[in-house]
Amino acid sequence: MTYFLRRILALVPILVLTWSAVFFVFEAIPGDPVNLMLAGVPASEEVIANERARLGLDKPLMERYISFLGRAAVGDLGESFRTRAPVTEMILAQIGPTLQLAAAGLVVGLAMGLLLGVLAGLRPGTSLDTVCTFAALAGSSLPSFWTGMVLIYVFGSILGWVPIVGLGIDALILPAIVTGLFIAGDFARLVRSSIIDASRQDYIRTARAKGLPPIKVVGKHALRNALIPPVTMLGISLSNLIGGAVVTENVFARPGLGTMLVEGVLNKDMPLVQALVVYTTAAYLIINLLVDILYGLIDPRIRHARMAPR
Amino acid sequence: MSDLLISAPPEAERVKGPGVLRQLMTKPTSAVAIVILTVLVCFALFAPWIAPFDPSQASAGPRLGAPEAAHIFGTDLHGRDVFSRVVWGARYSLPVGAATLLLGLFAGGALGLALGYIGGRFDAVGARVVDVLLGFPAIVMAILAVSVLGVGLVQVVIAVAIADIPKFARVIRGATIVAKQNLFVESASAMGASTARIIVLHVLPTILPTVILLGTLNLGGAILSTATLSFLGLGVQPPTPEWGTMLSDGREYIRYAPWMMIAPGLALFLAIISVNLIGDRVSEIIDPRSQGRL
Repeated sequence: MTYFLRRILALVPILVLTWSAVFFVFEAIPGDPVNLMLAGVPASEEVIANERARLGLDKPLMERYISFLGRAAVGDLGESFRTRAPVTEMILAQIGPTLQLAAAGLVVGLAMGLLLGVLAGLRPGTSLDTVCTFAALAGSSLPSFWTGMVLIYVFGSILGWVPIVGLGIDALILPAIVTGLFIAGDFARLVRSSIIDASRQDYIRTARAKGLPPIKVVGKHALRNALIPPVTMLGISLSNLIGGAVVTENVFARPGLGTMLVEGVLNKDMPLVQALVVYTTAAYLIINLLVDILYGLIDPRIRHARMAPR
Repeated sequence: MSDLLISAPPEAERVKGPGVLRQLMTKPTSAVAIVILTVLVCFALFAPWIAPFDPSQASAGPRLGAPEAAHIFGTDLHGRDVFSRVVWGARYSLPVGAATLLLGLFAGGALGLALGYIGGRFDAVGARVVDVLLGFPAIVMAILAVSVLGVGLVQVVIAVAIADIPKFARVIRGATIVAKQNLFVESASAMGASTARIIVLHVLPTILPTVILLGTLNLGGAILSTATLSFLGLGVQPPTPEWGTMLSDGREYIRYAPWMMIAPGLALFLAIISVNLIGDRVSEIIDPRSQGRL
């Protein structure tokens, strides 16, 4: 247990470091926040001065920096320039659709990647392998926003199989495929090379020599060992998923954090953008921690190595 | 993913210009990729002669006109010829992607070289920071950079390059650490050569294959990222005929004028997949370990 505790404590300096970077990056943005907030609406000197005081902008840089870190830790990151609502509340209200999309994209992407990777890896050098490898490369070369539009046109407009807008499960199918494409190609390539490596090991030869049926050799021996490198990649995949969700939401005009981020940048709604970045870094670091724990669960060797007394 | 393929620097003597090109042409997929890329590069170079219409000329045809003989890819909302805009788009999308890649490679390479060469505590802290940044969604980092730099063509190049720095820095750092252990680096240092001289004359040539490989494997990604930002309205602005921007225009008319998004998207996809196919093949040729994997 101490291992996990150590890992969690190690997150603190990294969070402080990234949040400091976020703070100073936003400090470097040219233009006074109050002017951005007023967005050209004329205001008296007094109103501007009051607003600066209310936002704490009249305080020295270091004081604002310390206060920012403290507020980031408790989730109080100010209010949106546009809606004047607390940004944390705005984000919490929109997080559901994004999580739904990311989860669905993860399932679809892993399924596509696993299928292509296993098919290619089991028969390396055959035409099946060539086709699957090419499909994986094509998948990671597709501009996702274009794929999304083509899918909308074919399945939404021409065939009318799925609704194009809405938040129901059926409206999630196409966005999930598009988001899944962000990880499927890379995942397939990694699974493929991992399976090829694993099937060259002695224990696979032993399993075959014992006369185990091929399905058991693959499922029980090859796959389980071959999955270790791809699982470590899950952390990176998840960050691709977050990036994928940003783009997918915009293509399908779905509400969510990605749409919010792009609108925030276009509207120069800095507190909102800043809060989105602060929470994304925190989420990303926590997810990576969970992936590390999962890694230990799949491969007992790693867990025991870490648990061993020093 | 790409950095996994090249964790160890390939041997320098395997890189030979004409040989690489000849080997590229021996495989059908990379040969086709080279042909497609050549066509797109010709579009970029000779756009004024290839495009039948001025890309920004409104009412070159009917508004939202379907593909026909005079306008093979149809016309857009303002009656501009989509084919002409796709041809001119090569002039924006390809150089923007390439410039982004070069800038990112230069900045990331310099950082990686410094970390790997100097080593010690500087490297320990720097490498940790790079690792943290590496996992952060690149597109979100690029959007963040745009929110600081502002919207526009030059800004998008810088934004995506910044987002790519960690990826390049990590690989180059690894290659530098390996290169530094060579006996000739040690002897140069023992002979009193300056740090700059050692880096330029001894380390750089050794890691050059890695740099070339990183470049070829990431050009497609750079073209895609810059087009994505333009699509989101954060990069190249309309009415510039850039492929991402054109796709953004076409989004509103998927139902009524799908040709507005089919052609630019196809051009973008073909550009990215050809660059990726060539990159894969180059990595097979340069890196002997991955040879024969297909």
